[in-house]
Amino acid sequence: MTVRRFLPVRSLSLAVAAAVLALPPASPAAAAPRVHTIVIDKMKFGPVPAGIRSGDTVIWVNRDFLKHTATARDKSFNLVLPPRTSGKTVIRHSGTIAFYCIYHPGMTGSLSVAK
Amino acid sequence: MFNKLVLCGASALLMLSGPAVAQNAAAPNDAQIAHIAYTAGQLDVEAGKQALAKSHNKAVRSFAETMVRDHGAVNEQALALVKKLHVIPQDNTTSEALTKQAGEKARELGKLSGDAFDRAYIQNEVAFHRTVNGALSGTLIPGAHNAELKSLLETGLTLFQEHQKHAEQLEKNLR
Repeated sequence: MTVRRFLPVRSLSLAVAAAVLALPPASPAAAAPRVHTIVIDKMKFGPVPAGIRSGDTVIWVNRDFLKHTATARDKSFNLVLPPRTSGKTVIRHSGTIAFYCIYHPGMTGSLSVAK
Repeated sequence: MFNKLVLCGASALLMLSGPAVAQNAAAPNDAQIAHIAYTAGQLDVEAGKQALAKSHNKAVRSFAETMVRDHGAVNEQALALVKKLHVIPQDNTTSEALTKQAGEKARELGKLSGDAFDRAYIQNEVAFHRTVNGALSGTLIPGAHNAELKSLLETGLTLFQEHQKHAEQLEKNLR
């Protein structure tokens, strides 16, 4: 009776061990999404932070008394930024993403996004 | 009150940006410069409103909306400085001349429609911003003593230079 009780447990242990052995070698942990900030001041996009990865968040801070947008030319994001406000967007893909302000087309920049 | 303010600033702008500059011995003080900044904006707000009432061109309307919004925002800042600097609006003959000129331009544009209006409006915007930017960089910014005023003018110049480029691009597209 006692043996019968232990048999399923033993089987389960074997099954778990087999499953663990079947797993591929452990890969390095994926970097957790990070938050970056880009400041708009005096009609200019400030420096674009390095090390942006797909899945990261970019916070756009508009310090001007003017309304701006942060608009991706590939249409992946389009953020309207009223005067002295901020907004955020999650970057969903890697590569170079050029952006500009719809209202002031001379205001431009680009994100370099790693996978 | 606003009309007088506009008249006063506009006259100074004309004197600073046109041939009359050589005859204008007295350099504007900070209060007058603040007036001028306000006036330049107010004139372009009015032009933008006229464009929004007449144009059906998407790009022209978008530009006009930006002019109304941006110059309105700058004017809020300029007006706060005017109040802070205790400016007393002073009407004069040059302001009357500019008002007359602006009125003539508005009537001229009012007679146009469609593509002809769009082209004339944008051409005027290019010329207007070119004049204002020349006055800002050549006289107003160098002449401003108050740090806040100078900063506002510098921001304004950056903004108006962007407006000028935007207008120049539109002008090419409308040809």
